[in-house]
Amino acid sequence: MEPIIRVNNLTHTYSVGTPFERSAVDGLCMDVLPGEFLGIIGHTGSGKSTLIQHLNGLLKPTAGQILLDGRDIWENPKEIRKVRFQVGLVFQYPEYQLFEETVYKDIAFGPGNMGLSREEIDRRVRQAAAFVGLSEDMLEKSPFELSGGQKRRVAIAGVIAMEPKVLILDEPTAGLDPAGREKILSQLRAYHREKGTTILLVSHSMEEIAQNADRIVVLKGGKCLMSGTPREVFARAEELEEVGLDIPQVTKVALALRRRGLDIDGAVYTVEELKNALLRLKGGASHA
Amino acid sequence: MATMLETNNLTFYYPAEEGREATAAVKDVTLQIEKGSFVVVLGHNGSGKSTLAKHMNAVVLPSSGKVYVEGMDTCDEQLLLEIRRRVGMVFQNPDNQIVANVVEEDVAFAPENLGVDTDEIRRRVDAALEAVGMSEFARHAPHLLSGGQKQRIAIAGVIAMEPDCIVLDEATAMLDPAGRREVLSAVKRLNRERGITVVLITHHMNEAEDADRLLVMDHGQVAMDGTPRQVFARIAELKALGLTSPHTVELLSALNESGELLPLDAITVEECADAICRAFGGTVKE
Repeated sequence: MEPIIRVNNLTHTYSVGTPFERSAVDGLCMDVLPGEFLGIIGHTGSGKSTLIQHLNGLLKPTAGQILLDGRDIWENPKEIRKVRFQVGLVFQYPEYQLFEETVYKDIAFGPGNMGLSREEIDRRVRQAAAFVGLSEDMLEKSPFELSGGQKRRVAIAGVIAMEPKVLILDEPTAGLDPAGREKILSQLRAYHREKGTTILLVSHSMEEIAQNADRIVVLKGGKCLMSGTPREVFARAEELEEVGLDIPQVTKVALALRRRGLDIDGAVYTVEELKNALLRLKGGASHA
Repeated sequence: MATMLETNNLTFYYPAEEGREATAAVKDVTLQIEKGSFVVVLGHNGSGKSTLAKHMNAVVLPSSGKVYVEGMDTCDEQLLLEIRRRVGMVFQNPDNQIVANVVEEDVAFAPENLGVDTDEIRRRVDAALEAVGMSEFARHAPHLLSGGQKQRIAIAGVIAMEPDCIVLDEATAMLDPAGRREVLSAVKRLNRERGITVVLITHHMNEAEDADRLLVMDHGQVAMDGTPRQVFARIAELKALGLTSPHTVELLSALNESGELLPLDAITVEECADAICRAFGGTVKE
């Protein structure tokens, strides 16, 4: 399958020529496939935020290219706005960027900039609001009357309403409580299922990524350390721990059981999987 | 044991919107927090945990009831400075609580305001930065530091007042796992080595693992109160409050539903693995 986005040898250096000169992304190569739900993980300073700001042209590579559908997004710099309509980026704490008088106007801002008809904008606003679970009566409220979780969903709807081919979210659940986190994630899963949009989810939480993504890319020091399905990545759990990433607690228990001589798959990451593996083990032993 | 903080029938209402009835953010809470203890407060958004925390150094005052800090009534304006010197607060957003352009000047801000003399400020700032492992960043610009580093600077700023108690109001919520670990280990060390009372408000269950005491807030009241082991074993009740137990406890409970008889108080990874090994074979590490 042809990648929808190809990151080719991307390098980005901040503060060139000062004592703080630092390459946040350093010769990074990776592909994003059409329709996939890709998780990107790495601790602070691994280059996640710098990487995603390149994917819709907010940052320009110091070296290397970003290819969208096979074409360098900087081939014609005047067209970069079109790239931003195709690759939607939801920043961290996007609720701080709400500014309009009503929820409706705030969601309509993005599609409004695309030169669409009034009817088309209206359709998109209502559909995007529905996707993130905002009821019709909320559309006429001021976004500043809403709770933190609701504000964040308005901000996400604003990007969804542009109907981008690729939707990138940087830590969409940061600072929310467990119920708020699950609400946003389940809405994203439903959106992905129904629209087939390619989704990139950036997160610090391995549990969150493992439960949602088809594939995971692990960044370290501005490079791609590993990529694969959650199972493939967690099979290298010890390596992940060495680079300071939090592996799921269930995976930690599985590894601790292996160290104690139990024959358990070290790549499990849900409570259900580990429970079943343990029950199978016991069943097998009693038959022996 | 001496009492650090005490609330007596504490109730607090935020001003209601016009035409609406005010609901209590904190409702009739009576509790004591012992000196030198490490207390974690959990609860979903809107449960009243932050409002409770803000009473602990008189950022907000009770609508009714009383709050005492080492016996001092927070409603007594004369005592305000003394109360705030004894209880330091660290808030959620690292970018909202740093005031200076150089790390050590930021840490010196509070003792300067307290009128501490220069040599003593120097000593306190160095000691505070040392305590949170940030000495080498003394001359750095705060805005170039990571979130975890900024929060440790904020904690150093509190420590430089030489408080008896630190209240962290979701101070780890905006941090990544590494930053969270940095902040937690700094706070745990202050608690262990200097006997500073710590009240940690969070919604990350795993931060409660080593606490002496765990309070769970719901609808402005204390819904559960006990050691983390006691509280986390009550899986169904936690779920009903929109919270989860650590996956270790959930695993043990799931195995019990399949006929095992495992203890639910094995909350750490190692304890959990040991408990499973006793039932399933393997070598138990004592």
